[in-house]
Amino acid sequence: MKALSLLILLSLPFNLLAQPAQEKGLQIAREADRRDTGFHDQTADLEMILRNSQGEESRRKIHVRTLEQLDDGDKSLTTFEQPADVKGTNFLSFTHKTGPDDQWLYLPALKRVKRISSRNKSGPFMGSEFAYEDLSSQEVEKYTYKYLRDESCNGLECFVLERYPVDKDSGYTRQVVWLDKQEYRPQKIVFYDRKNSLLKTLTYSGYRQYLDKFWRADEMFMENHQTGKSTRLIWSDYRFKTGLQERDFDRNSLSRTR
Amino acid sequence: MTRSLAEGLVRWRWWLFSLALLALGLSAAGGRYIGFSNDYRVFFSKENPQLLAFEELQNTYTKSDNVLFVLEPSDGRVFTPQTLAAVEWLTRQAWQIPYSIRVDSVTNFQHTRAQGDDLIVEDLVRGANELSAAQLQEIKRVALHEPLLVHRLVAPDGRVTGVNVTIQLPGLDPAAEGPQVVAFARGLATDLEARFPAIKVHLTGIVLLNNAFSENSMKDMSTLVPIMFAVIMLFLVVLLRSLWSTLATMAVIVASIVSAIGIAGWLGIRLTPPSASAPTMIMTLAVADCVHLLVSFLQRLRHTPQRRTAMVEALRINLQPIFLTSVTTAIGFLSMNFSDAPPFRDLGNIVAIGVAAAFFYCVMLLPALMIALPVRVPAVRNRSVTFMDRFADFVVARRRPVLIGMAALVIGLIVFIPNNELNDEFVKYFDQRVPFRVDTDFTTENLTGLYNIAYSLKSDGSGGISEPAYLRKLEEFAQWFRQQPEVIHVSSLSDTMKRLNKNLHGDDPAWYRIPDTRELAAQYLLLYEMSLPYGLDLNNQINVDKSATKLDVSIKSISSNKTIELEERARQWLVDNAPASMQTHGASPSVMFSHIGSRNIRSMLIGTTVALLLISLILVFALRSLRIGLISLIPNLVPAGMAFGLWGLLVGNIGLALSVVAGMTLGIVVDDTVHFLSKYLRARREEGLSPADAVRYAFHTVGTALWTTSVVLMAGFLVLTYSPFELNAGMGLLTAITIGLALIADFLLLPTLLMTLDQKDAYESAKLTDPVKSPV
Repeated sequence: MKALSLLILLSLPFNLLAQPAQEKGLQIAREADRRDTGFHDQTADLEMILRNSQGEESRRKIHVRTLEQLDDGDKSLTTFEQPADVKGTNFLSFTHKTGPDDQWLYLPALKRVKRISSRNKSGPFMGSEFAYEDLSSQEVEKYTYKYLRDESCNGLECFVLERYPVDKDSGYTRQVVWLDKQEYRPQKIVFYDRKNSLLKTLTYSGYRQYLDKFWRADEMFMENHQTGKSTRLIWSDYRFKTGLQERDFDRNSLSRTR
Repeated sequence: MTRSLAEGLVRWRWWLFSLALLALGLSAAGGRYIGFSNDYRVFFSKENPQLLAFEELQNTYTKSDNVLFVLEPSDGRVFTPQTLAAVEWLTRQAWQIPYSIRVDSVTNFQHTRAQGDDLIVEDLVRGANELSAAQLQEIKRVALHEPLLVHRLVAPDGRVTGVNVTIQLPGLDPAAEGPQVVAFARGLATDLEARFPAIKVHLTGIVLLNNAFSENSMKDMSTLVPIMFAVIMLFLVVLLRSLWSTLATMAVIVASIVSAIGIAGWLGIRLTPPSASAPTMIMTLAVADCVHLLVSFLQRLRHTPQRRTAMVEALRINLQPIFLTSVTTAIGFLSMNFSDAPPFRDLGNIVAIGVAAAFFYCVMLLPALMIALPVRVPAVRNRSVTFMDRFADFVVARRRPVLIGMAALVIGLIVFIPNNELNDEFVKYFDQRVPFRVDTDFTTENLTGLYNIAYSLKSDGSGGISEPAYLRKLEEFAQWFRQQPEVIHVSSLSDTMKRLNKNLHGDDPAWYRIPDTRELAAQYLLLYEMSLPYGLDLNNQINVDKSATKLDVSIKSISSNKTIELEERARQWLVDNAPASMQTHGASPSVMFSHIGSRNIRSMLIGTTVALLLISLILVFALRSLRIGLISLIPNLVPAGMAFGLWGLLVGNIGLALSVVAGMTLGIVVDDTVHFLSKYLRARREEGLSPADAVRYAFHTVGTALWTTSVVLMAGFLVLTYSPFELNAGMGLLTAITIGLALIADFLLLPTLLMTLDQKDAYESAKLTDPVKSPV
């Protein structure tokens, strides 16, 4: 996969102009994916601030561990920390490039691991404005692409592409993505619902580079234009190559991890 | 002064005519801003406490404007591959309805079940066409045992099913958004019936309700106004027996309506069914001004060939009464500004503007037209005059029995006022000719109710909805509601919790109960939320903080009083059984409409009193007699009292629309009194006649005009009863009754009162300062 990406990268300058928009869009997506390859594993803390149109707020805290998979979607283990009544709940997911993800949940109150069999990944994550599909590993194969135009965004030169979910159960018809040309980081994503009406806008801010390679945003802000609700994600304590292994991401690890 | 004014109006008639045309043009230009409102919320003022409570509920959860498709398969079986395929198709297509944010049906219901340690969450029906008989049986069993579905999306006998689409209108272009949704939904319904001919689709829901308001305002405008024109034309031809006079009157009427609607446009008023009846009312009221002036003009024309002189004379005797009656009528309509329901404020203001416009056009347009037009004097016909004279003799001769009889009639009717029960069922605002009403009635009979009450029940704090104590109380409350006879369906988070508890214990029915610990419930909820698809989340039931849930109760078609009573019983149950945090009031359109009648009656009582005081004050000054002014109070007040009594006897249901009738008719019924009294006083002051002879004089001069204008007014308001919008129909009927009773009061009660209470020589001193007589 790496060799292929390299090949594509080498051919980029020669081909970009001549290619149809679909091809160019796919290549930009692949390049973005390539640039984020090789972190092996990462952990981070996440605070979610949910707000309704009445202005009422609610906060959730989780800890996320991710293990990079080169030939499939990444594996992740999410530990819920706040609110207190779900503390210790662990969520393990194996994302796949095609087909439904595998999901298990450990409920400490029930002291059992439950596998969740569901086609649904378009529902809200913990009641927030982020769908599970917005937060899970963004594999290139999950969408088809079309390059739209160049445009400046957040003071940077950006590519603007449109991507279309492959999964029929997705909540979206399309997403418009702004990636800066310099580092291929997503700056903004606009989501369109099943009837192709404007649904949500996600904006990234506070990008920082880790290990001289991987860019991570400190804040992601999702605004639902139809309901007036919003969710702010605040990431902190990013760590990379912490030595996590496959066995930290299996069914048994679910009841062990705290 | 009146004479010089009358002469001025005639001398400068062409200037005034041009000025009137200019004013007409300017005001008419506002007509392009006129629009139709299509939101039931316009019936509530911004301060309305029930509206505020409902809006808070909507902002906390998801807005619950909806379109409900009700599918009626001809074989009466929902659980067949064909019907379920149709539901599946519609469920998918419904996502394409503009501004839809959620679609709920039997097919996309998120069925949860256990399989070993797996929790399976999936659509209840997927691929309906390939289902086996056994699978269909299982689906039917699940659906008919699911409290979230039965009586909400599927009938308990499995004969009818619904697809509910939640709509969130952005409100950027309210005039366009609702109709857009309705047009799309109707298209889908037609499409479905074409694809699945064995299925009939009924359409209801709040979005359809809103649409029915705007559609019926437009329909009222386009059907009632032409009928009204025909009625008025007919009356004028019969009454004036002069084509030119009729046409001139019609010109004044049209100008008044155009100006009133144009000015409403300038003011940014959006038309609603009540205010859409303004043109009909203006038309009716404008006739009276013209008729009084024209009858006098035509009468004078018989004695003098000079049109100018005849017009000056007609203006001289009519200017003051026409002005007075216009002012009092306008005040009556302006009293509607006290109403809590903005559409009636708009109606009052538009009609008041129209009445003012009618006065100005009457004195500015008519003189020029009537002097210029080749008007022929109609043949003399005084049969009604001789009838009036004989009637006057009767009243004078039998004053005592007439007075006693009238007093008995008045009291006999007024005692029935308490028979009226307040009721505002918004579905019944539309009659059976409106498809929305028919479809909604079908839905209420066969599936679920459009009327509902929703409760936002708070727990102790953040995340508190997972506390077993809270959930148990929630369940008890839901159970209590289910036992009430008025209730069709209750949806509560407690049912979902019980189901999840069962699912996570290997579907063991023994675990179909509230989870034992807060952690367990919270973790179930987390698990469940993570497995729900797009649009089927719990945000419509749980607030962001997870500190409150919404309990939704669908109720049968019950009256406002019963709704309020049910809500109060529920409130009492909460006070008796639930912790303080859960104690709240229900909120919903049904609750809002249930209170609107009594709120309006209270506010209109003040409005009517203010109007009465103002009008009486004007009468006292205009008639220059405190005593006569006070006597006039009786025939002014009595008609509305009698009308409401008669209504209580015959109908017994009053609501929003009728709460404004007393104030509105006050200004109209006063007119008759003013005309009668001004003639009576003229006879007493100018001619020095006795009360009995003055009564004869009054009957002789204005008797005919009074009963004819009353008949025109009654006919005009009776046209409103043809409206499919019951508020307008009821308002029209009660107003017509009031005007009819006012005529009776003016002919039988007022003269007998005057003869009893007015003393003989009271006018000797007043004679010197009488404004009508003093030359200017």
